[in-house]
Amino acid sequence: MKSWAQKLGVMVLLLAVWEGLARLGVWSPHLFPGPVTVAKSLFAVAADGRLGAAVVRSMGRLGRAYLISVAIGVPLGLATARLSFFRNAVKPVVMGLQALPSICWLPLALLWFGLNDSAILFVVVMGSVLAIAIATEDGVNAIDPQLIRVAHTLGVRGARFSFGVLIPAALPGIVTGLKLGWSFAWRALLAGELLFVSGGLGQLLTIGRELMDVPLVMAVMLAIIALGILVDRVFFQTVERRVRRRWGLVSSM
Amino acid sequence: MLRALLARWKSSLRLFQPAKVHPQRAKISVAELGHRYANKVVALKDVNLNIRSGEFVCLLGPSGCGKSTLLYALAGHVKPTGGSVAIDGKPIAGPGPNRLLMFQEAALFPWMTVLGNLKFALAARGVPRAQREPRAREFIRRVHLNGFEDSLPHQLSGGMKMRASLARALAVDSAVLLMDEPFGSLDAQTRVHMQELLQSIWLRTSKTVVFVTHDVHEALMLGTRVVVMAPRPGRIVKDLEIHLPMPRMPEDARLDEMARYLRMLMRQVEGPEGGPPPPRPRTSSEMSLQH
Repeated sequence: MKSWAQKLGVMVLLLAVWEGLARLGVWSPHLFPGPVTVAKSLFAVAADGRLGAAVVRSMGRLGRAYLISVAIGVPLGLATARLSFFRNAVKPVVMGLQALPSICWLPLALLWFGLNDSAILFVVVMGSVLAIAIATEDGVNAIDPQLIRVAHTLGVRGARFSFGVLIPAALPGIVTGLKLGWSFAWRALLAGELLFVSGGLGQLLTIGRELMDVPLVMAVMLAIIALGILVDRVFFQTVERRVRRRWGLVSSM
Repeated sequence: MLRALLARWKSSLRLFQPAKVHPQRAKISVAELGHRYANKVVALKDVNLNIRSGEFVCLLGPSGCGKSTLLYALAGHVKPTGGSVAIDGKPIAGPGPNRLLMFQEAALFPWMTVLGNLKFALAARGVPRAQREPRAREFIRRVHLNGFEDSLPHQLSGGMKMRASLARALAVDSAVLLMDEPFGSLDAQTRVHMQELLQSIWLRTSKTVVFVTHDVHEALMLGTRVVVMAPRPGRIVKDLEIHLPMPRMPEDARLDEMARYLRMLMRQVEGPEGGPPPPRPRTSSEMSLQH
């Protein structure tokens, strides 16, 4: 209760400072609109359906790219942790590529795929797949060796070992990896969308810039923040907390 | 007085008989076993041990005497660098369905319920699906965990986790149960309960148990045979059968005398150089003073 009051207080304070600065008139109101103007712009862009369409477009892209990333990243992470060939030969490559910011793939993607969705999907996948793989590998390496030994003494092997012991035991780590991969994908997506006509949230920002519609730019930024919080905090943190609770990694209460 | 004490002491020690098991008649036979870890530590040297079917053998010794290494070699988790380990005449190449290793920790799968853990173990051992649940429930009842079938391991106390682990080990029904200080992390009260439970179950089944412990009293309460081991290098110094009927009473004075003898043995082997044993009566009276 108290922490909620504190959070609300800071929010109100921030809005008040923002409004105050805007009213002071140090900067032109076109370049620095107050929160009220931005809110009006946000409602307008939401009401005429442009925001909704952009959100659907962006999230659709993100969803597809993210599924591809998970489908590649999790098995890659498991293989890196368990198979010596992957550990010795593939892991250094993964680590090396991870040093490259994902947006650096965009020029290559544009040349390979052209100005279309595939190029953005490629950039998003490159941005998140390695993070997911590395976190999955960490999750597997963090498994209590005792559990592996118990599985062996019980005679658990093959698919039953992989799906019955290895993946569930690494699940807390894998979920953390999925969350990390999501935030990487989210960043890569917006960076990609900003750069060419794509019909997503990124493009809406670009339109705002080109029309010098600063309230629109700020409104879209707020929408992006809200969306990010919604997915990261509400979805992923809930899943993570549930898994950790079930696994007994945090006390139940 | 001293003579009377000596006589009594002698008489209880008569309950210890050197174990002589012919390799041909042994269920588990260990011959000239040696193990050297990668860091050059000699964990075991020239260990010979034959265990009959149905025996409850306690491996007793100070830390670093290789008792766990020996157990892990029996389980097939450690591949010894020399000598041979065989069960039913067949060399041990890895973990197998005729043996089950139990650890100091309960080592339950944390995401499965107690029932789920048992069913998973039964599935791994190839028990048909229809039999898994009734059998799992039966063994949960045997360790007095009924009502906790659907609890997750982290919701149970240490003793209850260990009981669930014991239920899992018993449910898979291996002929040989290998236990690595399974009750070492429990409090004294829970530990006694677990010992009684294990003993009553062992008396009803005909399992062969190899039980690692460093607790002399535990070994004397549970074992039909106690194998005393010494460190640097890990070796067997005494292999004694305990000729006392089960169940044994913890207050039994004879057990105290036997425990003193075993403690003296362990103290000798633990010393920097394993010198000759001091004169027996003096050690005995020293021990009774300490007691």
